[in-house]
Amino acid sequence: MSDGWKIIAGLIIVIGLVTFPFYANFGKTVELPSTLEADPGEMHLGDIPLVNMRSEHMQLLNRWREEVVREDERYIMFDGDEYEKSLQNGCLSCHEKEDFCTKCHTFVGVRPYCWDCHIGM
Amino acid sequence: MSMDRRDFLKLAGASTLVGLGGLSVFDGFVKDGALASQAHTAPGASAGKRLAMVIDVSKFKSPDDYKRVSYACHSIHNVPSIDNLKHEIKWIWTDTYEHVFPGQADQYMAENIMRLPFPVLCNHCAKPPCVRVCPTKATFKRKSDGVVMMDYHRCIGCRFCMAACPFGARSFNWTDPRPYIRKLNTSFPTRTKGVVEKCNFCAERLSAGLQPACVEASNGALVFGDLHDPSSEVREILSSRYAIRRKPNLGTGPSIYYVIGGNEHA
Repeated sequence: MSDGWKIIAGLIIVIGLVTFPFYANFGKTVELPSTLEADPGEMHLGDIPLVNMRSEHMQLLNRWREEVVREDERYIMFDGDEYEKSLQNGCLSCHEKEDFCTKCHTFVGVRPYCWDCHIGM
Repeated sequence: MSMDRRDFLKLAGASTLVGLGGLSVFDGFVKDGALASQAHTAPGASAGKRLAMVIDVSKFKSPDDYKRVSYACHSIHNVPSIDNLKHEIKWIWTDTYEHVFPGQADQYMAENIMRLPFPVLCNHCAKPPCVRVCPTKATFKRKSDGVVMMDYHRCIGCRFCMAACPFGARSFNWTDPRPYIRKLNTSFPTRTKGVVEKCNFCAERLSAGLQPACVEASNGALVFGDLHDPSSEVREILSSRYAIRRKPNLGTGPSIYYVIGGNEHA
């Protein structure tokens, strides 16, 4: 056990490195990206309640994709108005991409490739 | 609980029978469902439209006429202008008679026809080979009107469709096309590196009740309509003028017809 100190020192260094993200961020408060300011209440977009949109918009977009591309059903009624089922002609006709998409995607570390083809401006 | 061999076999036999009976009931459900959905789509498919185009080549008078047509298409669909011919993207372009109608060229044919550029685009075939080979169903034929469409989300860039298409109507994005798009149409998506693209018969315009952009820009040289409608303009032209299609012997059933004309006697 004459080399025991080397092992123990190595273990301490490894554990220190592995846990670095935890103690480096310990006690810091992280600001969540702001979501809808108004309470969406019971409103639905398609069959998804607006309150669940943060977790379920991907399913909605996938369904829109099938409906628009394959069934030629291009419009959806929302809150009494007709909107195009389209990222660039629908969502972004009112919302700001930076605020509506990018902020949250950056926060959770996902990089969807919507904007490789769809034009967000 | 103890059980002798005889009772055990009886029980096993009975439960097998029950199990098989259950399966057949389940099969019945599945078949009914499948039949019901077929019954739902079948009448629409047979009564559906078959969109087609007649190209009257004699109405193209100057190089500008061709340019106007392809510009109308390429500008609204964000088709990039890439000079490198190996990377070129084309939805509607021109080629010579002997390339467009191989095997139908003749040594003594009218010079003006041999030299005339022919506008070519996706033929939106009745039996599209590109659809048959697509492994992801990214390319499909729309049941309602026969337009051969692409879902770029699903395209994996295998290029089987390019090999299958006898008309060279498909282009592959070897690079990101965005830098090569002269003027971005912000209401239509671009494509991305690694997908195949082609003419979509202006599906987005058809859905808004408009004619395809090339037809609109052609001053009557291109006529668009439903082949299944006997009173449509395309049917009227086809019943009175001699029109040919590209490579009809391959059996793909192109929907693009060419009226060659050349002069008023034709």
